Amino acid sequence: MIESVGRRAVDAIKTVGRFGHLMRDLARAVPDVAVWGRLTLVQLRRVGVDSLPVALFIAAFTGVVLALQASYTFRNTVPLYFVGTLVGKTMMLELGPVLAGLALAGRVGASMAAELGTMRVTEQVDALETLAYDPNSFLVLPRVFAGTLMFPVIVALAIVTGIITGWVASLALLDLSTQEFLKGLKLFYRFKDTWFGLFKSATFGFTITLVGCLVGLNTRGGAEGVGVSTTRAVVYSAVLLLVLDAFWALVLLR
Amino acid sequence: MIEFQDVHKSFGAKPVLMGFTLLVPDGETMVIIGYSGTGKSVALKHVVGLLQPDAGDVIVDGRAVSTLEREALTALRREIGFVFQFAALFDSMSVFDNVALGLRRRDLTDDEIADRVREALALVDLTGAEDTYPAELSGGMRKRVGIARAIALRPRYILYDEPTTGLDPVTSAVIDQLMVRTREHLGVTGVVVSHDMRSAYTVGDRIAMLYEGKVRQVGTVAEIQETEDPVVRQFIEGRPA
Repeated sequence: MIESVGRRAVDAIKTVGRFGHLMRDLARAVPDVAVWGRLTLVQLRRVGVDSLPVALFIAAFTGVVLALQASYTFRNTVPLYFVGTLVGKTMMLELGPVLAGLALAGRVGASMAAELGTMRVTEQVDALETLAYDPNSFLVLPRVFAGTLMFPVIVALAIVTGIITGWVASLALLDLSTQEFLKGLKLFYRFKDTWFGLFKSATFGFTITLVGCLVGLNTRGGAEGVGVSTTRAVVYSAVLLLVLDAFWALVLLR
Repeated sequence: MIEFQDVHKSFGAKPVLMGFTLLVPDGETMVIIGYSGTGKSVALKHVVGLLQPDAGDVIVDGRAVSTLEREALTALRREIGFVFQFAALFDSMSVFDNVALGLRRRDLTDDEIADRVREALALVDLTGAEDTYPAELSGGMRKRVGIARAIALRPRYILYDEPTTGLDPVTSAVIDQLMVRTREHLGVTGVVVSHDMRSAYTVGDRIAMLYEGKVRQVGTVAEIQETEDPVVRQFIEGRPA
């Protein structure tokens, strides 16, 4: 029992130590702009353009459902223009960033873990090192920068999509006019609603891509190891994303 | 000169190298033979700092690899070409880009890089394959691209990890010829890890057998062929225990 607790404690300390080493190595790789600069452009396209359809798809249906659920909750008690308030606030503050983040944890985080994991087990990462490249500047930084920059863009588009579909659903299904929807949308709007959601999504992008890269680069074994890493990346990213979500609410919304 | 000095390396509780000592003088091709899983590739990876020894060290031209700082290690790696067992080509890059990748870390113009890539591909008989991708190549061609990637750097040392494993006898012979040709053209010092004895006899100046974490015997091809050590004899003749 004591031995088991001790072993876990040592493992936890080692993990913290490894994370510290990694952050130091990443910081050391930052000046190597000649390597990561060009590759970041490629990753921006992959993370951004390739992830957009799934994020918009989720946001579109979320907007419709939010409008319908709001109307169901408010009917006969609260004026229906509050549907616009709920759709706008919820999309901006919570569901836009979190649902897109969770979807991209599966889409982007898993794909990075699988790609880098395969590169690790087929010795491509070792080959990079023997060719005098730092895997952090060649593989990790471009992905992390791309994730941190593109997630807010994707989430912004997802939020807009969700609000538009919420508005269309309100017009078509709830007999709400555009003026009423907009009145509700503007009612409690604060600029903080926008930057909070976008800032939060940047931290999600950073976390998801960093976790995907780290888990991928630490892959051991063959195909089975890649499978384990892929699953692990999604689970870790999703858990961290929800923890971060609560953290930012505590820090920035109180 | 590459010198393995009493190198010890374990993975978890499993010791792999237990006092591995070997000297590879300049201009020589040393073949390290041994059973699968005895640590031949592990030894090779210590030369470029991909693995760190638990004790002992690898000395390359007077530099103790495990003590080198980042920049010094990068400088050392620029002098060494490494040919991986399964070539380790980058799937998303064309053959040209695979071979050019290491050159892009040097002060070369695009034209110079293109010339070097073409020259290296010509040396491995792959002229015209620049625009193909690794997935379109056979195992033998992939290994040749791996060799081209190493020799394009014009290294002082080339390390080959199981260069003929998994290839048919004819393709293996082609790879052996390539290794010999590379040494003759570039005058590089080589370390070849292999358990293919025909290949070892063809490319090696000397052969060392790694057994139970140490060098069991080292000698010229003729000395190894005439050895009376029962362990080495059994291995080179491929006799079951």
